[in-house]
Parts: sequence; structure tokens; C-alpha cells
Amino acid sequence: MSVKVIIPTPLRVYAGKADSTEVSAKTVGEALGQLTVKFGDLRKHLFTEDGKLRSFVNVYVNDEDIRYLSKENTPTKDGDTISIIPSIAGGFV
Amino acid sequence: MSTKVQPITSPPSSTGKATTLTNEEILRYSRHLIMPEVGMEGQLKLKNAKVLLIGTGGLGAPLGLYLAAAGVGHLGLVDFDVVDFTNLQRQVTFGSDDVGKPKAAAAQSRLSNLNPDIEIETFETKLTSENALELFKNFDIIVDGTDNFPTRYLVNDACILLGKPNVYGSIFRFEGQVTVFGMSDGPCYRCLYPEPPPPGLVPSCAEGGVLGVLPGIVGSIQAMETIKLILGTGESLKGRLLLFDALAMKFRELKLRKNHSCPMCGDHPTITKLIDYYEFCGVRGEEAPGPDVQVPEISPRDLKSRLDRGDDLFILDVREPHEFQICNLNGHLIPLGELPRRVHELDSSREIVAHCRSGKRSAEAVDFLRKAGFRKILNLKGGILAWSDEVDPSVPKY
Repeated sequence: MSVKVIIPTPLRVYAGKADSTEVSAKTVGEALGQLTVKFGDLRKHLFTEDGKLRSFVNVYVNDEDIRYLSKENTPTKDGDTISIIPSIAGGFV
Repeated sequence: MSTKVQPITSPPSSTGKATTLTNEEILRYSRHLIMPEVGMEGQLKLKNAKVLLIGTGGLGAPLGLYLAAAGVGHLGLVDFDVVDFTNLQRQVTFGSDDVGKPKAAAAQSRLSNLNPDIEIETFETKLTSENALELFKNFDIIVDGTDNFPTRYLVNDACILLGKPNVYGSIFRFEGQVTVFGMSDGPCYRCLYPEPPPPGLVPSCAEGGVLGVLPGIVGSIQAMETIKLILGTGESLKGRLLLFDALAMKFRELKLRKNHSCPMCGDHPTITKLIDYYEFCGVRGEEAPGPDVQVPEISPRDLKSRLDRGDDLFILDVREPHEFQICNLNGHLIPLGELPRRVHELDSSREIVAHCRSGKRSAEAVDFLRKAGFRKILNLKGGILAWSDEVDPSVPKY
């Protein structure tokens, strides 16, 4: 299934400045896996050492949060958009 | 999912609610009054509303201006900071004369000029777990225009504990987010982000930059949402995260669900009082964050002495190409993100001094290189900013 993954601004520097990319995946987990294969530097920003999605990163399929669907097992279909939404505070960290 | 807005009623105050508008007010707000969605009733709601703005910076500027212009009767401004020259690129309530003045006072002056009929209260204090509840309780709506994670969580939690709506907006470079937290049947900030990112992982405006007009747009949207809550009109952003991409000029919306297991606002909350938010966010102390890693350092003055002496030092600049164009120390440029791939360009037998703008990125570079086996490597403490301050003031600061 051809799925578009939107890369948020704070993470674009780790994805060769790309703002989105197409991957072929049947689930969200697969899509994120493909994404980190394409852009290795993204891995540590999205996942912890033991492979879990970091808690300050939310993932949406179209406009639904995957935590309320089937998390990384959420199926994806052609034309779906996966959005990665990290928390941003603006200004001063 | 569309959400009809519940009007916000002011808590009873000792001075009582205004029930009329003066002739002057009627003239001032005529463009509101001729709209059936506002009318006299709506304008009176605005007059009786009490809104607290946390932060008077990039987001706080349009917020303050538009809420004052709209006739919000009582505005509170919370900001402990002073106006900095670099703020003028986006914090449009301030003028050049205000540099060095406390922001809350400077904003109050500007807003009073725009609308002398409203009450503007300033709180030149840092918002903390000790004062937040006391500060918030006399206001109807809290608007979050802050710039750091600990305060975001503090504002959220205080609003939930007090049952106040929290109009949230945040920005980064060209992107913004807006939503309304704190409604009883809506989500809170912790529903969206149960945990903050570790410090240093998400750059600040000073490091990532921000297009000045971006907080102008996002803050204006926050002002709009605040006014809609007061008037009880339109559909609020409760339960919706508005995402704005300024470069693509696209607005998107994501659904925000209330997490019924949320420790703050869920069915069985476990957090019942304010906590230490700096500890929660892993930030030690309240000063500007220094380098997260401890690495061997050299001061700008010592570096200058050694260079003048003729020492063979290799200067490694880990900033971005566009920064190199602003000013440089003639170093060898390898942006931090490219260092792992380009480490072969460095000769570990030479003594290397790494620098960036302020010393933070270069500390990471030194840490990385030491772990890669480099033994003769130092971080320039304070970066090129400190070089400008201590050695060569002709080097521009940015």
C-alpha cells in the first residue's frame, strides 16, 4: 500500500530536509520502519533503544491518532497519510 | 467532529458585572455591535471577561493586541522577562525604546494606549507551581503563549485542577499548532503528550529560528478562539489540533481525543496537585540550558593566546553553511548532523578545537568524537558568541 509519511519540521534535518516521503507498507509500524530504513538518523528521534515509539511523538493516520486505533498495527491503505507530530513548545527549551 | 461552544461565565466578582456600555464604548466597538453574532450582549460578555495571558512574547503580542482591541474587560499579563533586541523581529507589541524594559510593563503600556477602557494587570513573575493556582483562579480563560515545556505542563495542570479552559498555541520555525484544552469533556495537554521530550532534543527559537510573522498568525488564531469562547459562538478547537504549515500555506486538522486514562483529566486522575515541572522535563535549574554533555573546553581567550603563539590547532566549525556566511573563524565546516559521515575529514593526530554558535552543538561534536577515539579535542566554551564578546567584537553576533 503506497502511503505518504509527513515529516515534521524539527525532524526534517535528520531526513535530508525532506518534508514527506512515500513508503510501501500495510501497517503504521511497517511504514515507520521503512522510514527509518530510508533515513537512519531519524530512528533515535522516533524510537527508544528498545524499539518503542517515543512518548512525545504522536502518530496519526489521516486525522486519527494511532493510540485510539490499533497503534503500530493500524492498517494502512493506498493514499493514506501518516503524520508524525512531535511536541513543540516554541522559543526556549 | 464539530463542537458547539459552551459560553464561559465569569465567576462572581466583588465589583459585579457590567451591564451597560458607555456611548464611547458603543462607538469604539461599533463594528462588533452591528454583527448579530456579537451585538450588545456579546460585547458585554467581552467586557466582563477576564483573560490571563501567559507570556507576552511572540504569541503574546498578537494575543494582547487583539484581545485589548476587542474589549476584553480584564487582561492579565504574566512575564518575568525583559525586552531583548532580538525580540523585535516578532514581538510586535514592543518598540525599539522598550529594549531592556520588563516585557509585561512594556506590553501593558502599548495595550493601554490601544484601549484605555480595559483593566490590564501585570505579573512580572515567573509562573511556578507555588503561584500558578493563586494567579489563575481569578481569571476565566488562560491563554498559553509560553516557550518551554515545563511551563506548558504547569499551565495545563493548573487549568485542569481549576476547571479553566486553556487556549494553547505553539510554534517552531514555519509550523504552528493551536487547540483548546481544559474543557470538561475535552482533552488536556497530557492527553496529547503524556511526557515531554528530553531537553536538547527539540531546538528552541534561538537555535532553530522562527519566521517572525508565524507567531503573529498562530497568536491571532488563539485570540480568535478566546473571543469565540467568551461569546459562545462558532465551533471551538476543542478536540481538534489545528496544524499550520506556513511554507506550504496549508492548514490541517487532527482529532484530539480525551484520554479517559489520562492521569490529569481522565476518569480516575492520579495527579491532584502541581508537581516540579523542571524535574518532570529533566531540566536542571532555571538558567539558560548549558551543554548537556561535559567535555574538555577551551576559553576564547586561551584559544586566541594559543593561536597567536603559533600552536598548530585545527578549528572545526559544526554550524550550518548559512551561519558560516554570517561570520566564521576560518574553521573547517562540517555541520553537526553530517559529522558521523564526514569524520574521515578529520586528522585525529592533530589538536582540534570544535566550535558552534554558543558552545552547545560543538559540545555534542566533541563528545561524539571522543567516543570515536579522538583524544586531542576541545570545545570552544561559549562558541563564536563568546569569541565576539571576549576576543574580537568585530565578529557579529546573531
